[in-house]
Amino acid sequence: MIALGLEGSANKIGVGVISHHANGKAASVLSNIRHTYVSPPGEGFLPKDVAKHHRIWVVTLVKEAMAVAGVTIADIGCICYTKGPGMGAPLQSVAVAARMLSLLWDKDLVGVNHCVGHIEMGREITGAHNPVVLYVSGGNTQVIAYAEQRYRIFGEALDIAVGNCLDRFARTLQISNDPAPGYNIEQLAKKGKVLLDLPYAVKGMDCSFAGILTTIDILAAELKANPEQRDPLSGELITTADLCFSLQETVYAMLVEITERAMAHVGSNQVLIVGGVGCNERLQEMMDLMARDRGGSVFATDERYCIDNGIMIAHAGLIAYEAGFKTPLEESTCTQRFRTDEVLVSWRD
Amino acid sequence: MTSILQYPLPLPPILAHPSSTAPLLITQGAEALLYKSTYLLPSLPCALKYRPRKPYRHPTLDTRLTKHRILSEARLLLKCRKEGVPVPSVYAVDEGQGWLMLEWIEGEVVRVRLNEWLRWRREKGTAEGEEEGELRGLMERIGEAVGMMHGVGVVHGDLTTSNLMLKSREHAEVNDHAEGGEENLLAGEVIIIDLGLASVSRFEEDRAVDLYVLERAFGSTHPRAEGLFEVVLEAYGKSFKGAPIVLKRLEDVRMRGRKRSMLG
Repeated sequence: MIALGLEGSANKIGVGVISHHANGKAASVLSNIRHTYVSPPGEGFLPKDVAKHHRIWVVTLVKEAMAVAGVTIADIGCICYTKGPGMGAPLQSVAVAARMLSLLWDKDLVGVNHCVGHIEMGREITGAHNPVVLYVSGGNTQVIAYAEQRYRIFGEALDIAVGNCLDRFARTLQISNDPAPGYNIEQLAKKGKVLLDLPYAVKGMDCSFAGILTTIDILAAELKANPEQRDPLSGELITTADLCFSLQETVYAMLVEITERAMAHVGSNQVLIVGGVGCNERLQEMMDLMARDRGGSVFATDERYCIDNGIMIAHAGLIAYEAGFKTPLEESTCTQRFRTDEVLVSWRD
Repeated sequence: MTSILQYPLPLPPILAHPSSTAPLLITQGAEALLYKSTYLLPSLPCALKYRPRKPYRHPTLDTRLTKHRILSEARLLLKCRKEGVPVPSVYAVDEGQGWLMLEWIEGEVVRVRLNEWLRWRREKGTAEGEEEGELRGLMERIGEAVGMMHGVGVVHGDLTTSNLMLKSREHAEVNDHAEGGEENLLAGEVIIIDLGLASVSRFEEDRAVDLYVLERAFGSTHPRAEGLFEVVLEAYGKSFKGAPIVLKRLEDVRMRGRKRSMLG
């Protein structure tokens, strides 16, 4: 069966076409297209602007995705869309498009939880069977493990998400949001050497990033006022790159620590990283060091699947659809708050 | 807490001395390894909690965190001990090497004993709600111990039935399991262990979250004993002056859960 997936919970609109085979073979990605709304340096993206961007692009992308996949309307089994969580206005604009297609083409609708989309796509691509999942993006930070028909959240950020912390620091530094603020911080961090003292806020399996952002913002302001600051230990000049380096080393150590605690708790040695921040190579490297120390391994995907995309919504929606789930038109709403553990995972044992 | 050993673990240098008693690895958590060894005399057992270096962490950050955590745990144990809260005593500390040597508590964690007792009761055919005196007694002792800890201004941060131990009484040690020892299964002093995530706090919110975590642990690990959690709270309520306000706060914490609703 073939499904079309529409994703637009944040500043990316993605459309994907996936095909599942009857004999349980790996799914085929027929097309996976995305367009990103990039805000100017120093600014974040506003919901109204993002929604406008999605409305402008959705039809073009659907046409292109169908053409690339080489499928016709008759081939499509169902239309999957992101029900939540995410920003209200962008979610709505994409839900409207999904409803329109459903009525126009007379296809069933499937509302998908964005986080479950990431997890299922990650499992499909990497082949990780029952991993502990670290889901890290601009809006979410969660450590998840599967148990009894639910993706259970073992730990999460108690305030802002880790990606939000990085994005906002990129704004402080006025660096480019293209292709993504986190990517540009990662490139800068590669040149950093001095580790500055930042708060380290892990509470059991939960963590907090707001205090770290405040501290690094203060350090950045001090550096701007006095660019001649030197590290008291090595005597080296402190640079913006050192700030990015310190921020990454600290927040990623926190993420790896809470993931390790969850792994010890559930007795698993596989870890899967999903979400936009999961593209970060330093995070992947640190996670790998931890997992290897526990005799396990880390699974990660590249930017096609880590960053929000339509194919993951198509995939997770199609799995649910094949298990008998669909969303009637009158219930095809979207919601900003939709916890990962609210979804009944009927398709797993 | 425990996991199966799949790879050789680094031994802390202190246990590598030829004169020390051969160390026995007891559990391996995410952050620390727990060994059994001896202290000063070969006849005096001790527990050694070792935090090995984490290769994924920047060495500066790793040293800073390990030092801080070892010292914080040692200080809190000392504080509890001084004020009469039942915790293991501290024998020695080396925060630079990352270890903490503690009194060895002979006994088992509440989780194990309670599950054994619940199984024994089911096999005997006693219905829930009958002959629960012993269980009530244990719940009371747990409530008192937690209350005492909160009373001196310490919150645990990870209260579960795996972090509460039942200390065996010396004379009962041998026959505990051999002959009809089941009646004694829930006996013994309650000792609070693993203060690795503990902190000093007098906020009722933090104390209420401690109780909530314990309540959830009972619910998920011992659903058949969950009904008696009220007894823990009753005993807790009488244990120190601020306890009734904490119990009031616990109702709020229960309503919202510890977790926030997810945005974005």
